[in-house]
Amino acid sequence: MELTYLEAISDGLRVALREDERVLLLGEDIGAFGGAFKVTAGLAEEFGSNRVIDTPISEEAIIGGAVGAAIVGMRPVCEMQFADFVSCCFDQLVNVAGKLHYRVGLAAPIVVRLPSGGGVAGGPYHSQNPEAWFMHAPGLKVVAPSNAADAKGLLLAAIADPNPVIFLEHKYLYRRIRGEVPEGHYETPLCARTVRGGDDLVVIAYGAMVHAALEAAEAIEEASIRVLDLRALVPLDERAILDCVHDCSKVVIVDEANYTCAAGAQVASLIAQYGYEDLDGPVVRVATPDVPIPFAPSLEAAVLPGVDRIRDACRELLAY
Amino acid sequence: MVLTRAIEERGLSLYKQGRVPGSFYDGRGQEATAVGATFALGAADPVCPLIRDLGAHVVKGTPAAAILGHYLGRASGVSHGREGNVHFGDATRGVVGMVSMLPGMMPVAVGMAWAFKLRGERRCALSFFGDGATSVGDWHEAMNLAGLQRVPAIFVLEHNGYAYSTPSARQFVVDPLERAAVYGIAAATVDGNDVEAVFDAVRLARERALDGGGPTLIAAQTMRMHGHGAHDDASYVPAEQLELWAARDPIARQRERLAQLGVDVDAVEAGARAEVDAATQEALAMPAADPASALTGVFCEGEPQLLGSGAAPWSGFAAA
Repeated sequence: MELTYLEAISDGLRVALREDERVLLLGEDIGAFGGAFKVTAGLAEEFGSNRVIDTPISEEAIIGGAVGAAIVGMRPVCEMQFADFVSCCFDQLVNVAGKLHYRVGLAAPIVVRLPSGGGVAGGPYHSQNPEAWFMHAPGLKVVAPSNAADAKGLLLAAIADPNPVIFLEHKYLYRRIRGEVPEGHYETPLCARTVRGGDDLVVIAYGAMVHAALEAAEAIEEASIRVLDLRALVPLDERAILDCVHDCSKVVIVDEANYTCAAGAQVASLIAQYGYEDLDGPVVRVATPDVPIPFAPSLEAAVLPGVDRIRDACRELLAY
Repeated sequence: MVLTRAIEERGLSLYKQGRVPGSFYDGRGQEATAVGATFALGAADPVCPLIRDLGAHVVKGTPAAAILGHYLGRASGVSHGREGNVHFGDATRGVVGMVSMLPGMMPVAVGMAWAFKLRGERRCALSFFGDGATSVGDWHEAMNLAGLQRVPAIFVLEHNGYAYSTPSARQFVVDPLERAAVYGIAAATVDGNDVEAVFDAVRLARERALDGGGPTLIAAQTMRMHGHGAHDDASYVPAEQLELWAARDPIARQRERLAQLGVDVDAVEAGARAEVDAATQEALAMPAADPASALTGVFCEGEPQLLGSGAAPWSGFAAA
């Protein structure tokens, strides 16, 4: 069936709620209203207000409550209304959920859905990409699908995972990306996938930047550009990254997040240490400069890594 | 209570001998609150103890040797060297370990209780917290959510006069006991140094919770008789205040009560001392935590272990 990225996530939630009575959804305005982006539309009607639960504006209590329910056998899936608001429950995620298994041997199988990213004139508090905050915190998995089929498959994999999983769903993609999505239950493994073949240069990206990278690659007719979609940031598919470096010898890494200590910085450090012998040029990074995401479309476009910046970075590296 | 105090006295002595690494914290003078409250729980009721609540662990059945080995950072200590002092949980016994960010476990207790309610189970969850923790957002979010969802939770406030060095009068204007009402939560105050009074208050709160009456806050009035930790001489506490509370020592009071009932309290105390002596030998013989184990267990692999119901050998409702 062909679904939008948003519909694929909704379908994943519906499948999980249908097949596993331990699954419950927690979040602000997710019940009858269907959520700020309508990802949970219709789910409260189908599964009832005891499984699709409207919470107060209490992000710490949502995550802490989810951890409590999880350790006694539930599988809570929490929605942050915007990824930006996850800073409000940073403590419960980093200090309670992430450390619980290491400290006490207790798994906390929760999923935290984060509508993330810019490009929608959301301004500094409705545009952020906070994935690196959680990559740095032991015990949390981090996934970021770029297409509809992966969005559903990674969501179902996240719900089945016995660990806390941060699920970044890019809101720019919600209704702009459509694709063939299998019916029913399937799980997408937490590993990278090559989405475009090539051997002159590899662009490594995730989330919405995969689409920008694909467009940039199409624009470069004179060389063969590979695009690797990371899909998961924790665990990071180190083998797939190093294989691409080995095959292509030139690497451009794209983050929509702010430049310093972003996911791409971890990828670059991995390549610097273990892929050095395979490189034919500097490891190039394209990311949002270290500024808050501005509101005005002209300013936002000036900071987010668009197709042009990625294409130019590739051309410059190809000429190295 | 006597076993709790004997373990902590031994831990402090090992700390002063330089055998316990890091820091050491005890709950001297507050034993009645932790012991009385936990004794009123059923075997299947989980508990979230705090820094002054070694008694909760003891009542739930964590052996003295496992606790002393934990203080020493040994492989067979209850946390296998991953945590120190009073930071630990015992997942098999329904004891969720505390985090240092207070009151981080209040939302978790609400989540456990919420799951019990949603599943129609006759169980409740109990979280301890200190007066200082009531100024933190987590406390308000947890109280609000618990009142809203009428979850079977019991919150035991250890009103011990000080948050580290800051007396209650400089922490808040409205006492937490009074604040409970604004969240729709029943509240009761109790002499926290009277183990039977604490037991009775929590017993009633538990009955209420299991009958669908919602959460209860119990304010146990007590006094921290040592500094915040072994490094703190508590010189900021007026001597006469300590003298006043020393005369209300919970163990001395219960000793008198039991002696009148003809219980051989000397034998109980001698038994506790002998148990701690043997446990100390056992703990000192344990090997140090294996450096190779430091990297394992960050993530759960395979089936997650749920919070256990444990044996709770000393539960007042062990048969329930």
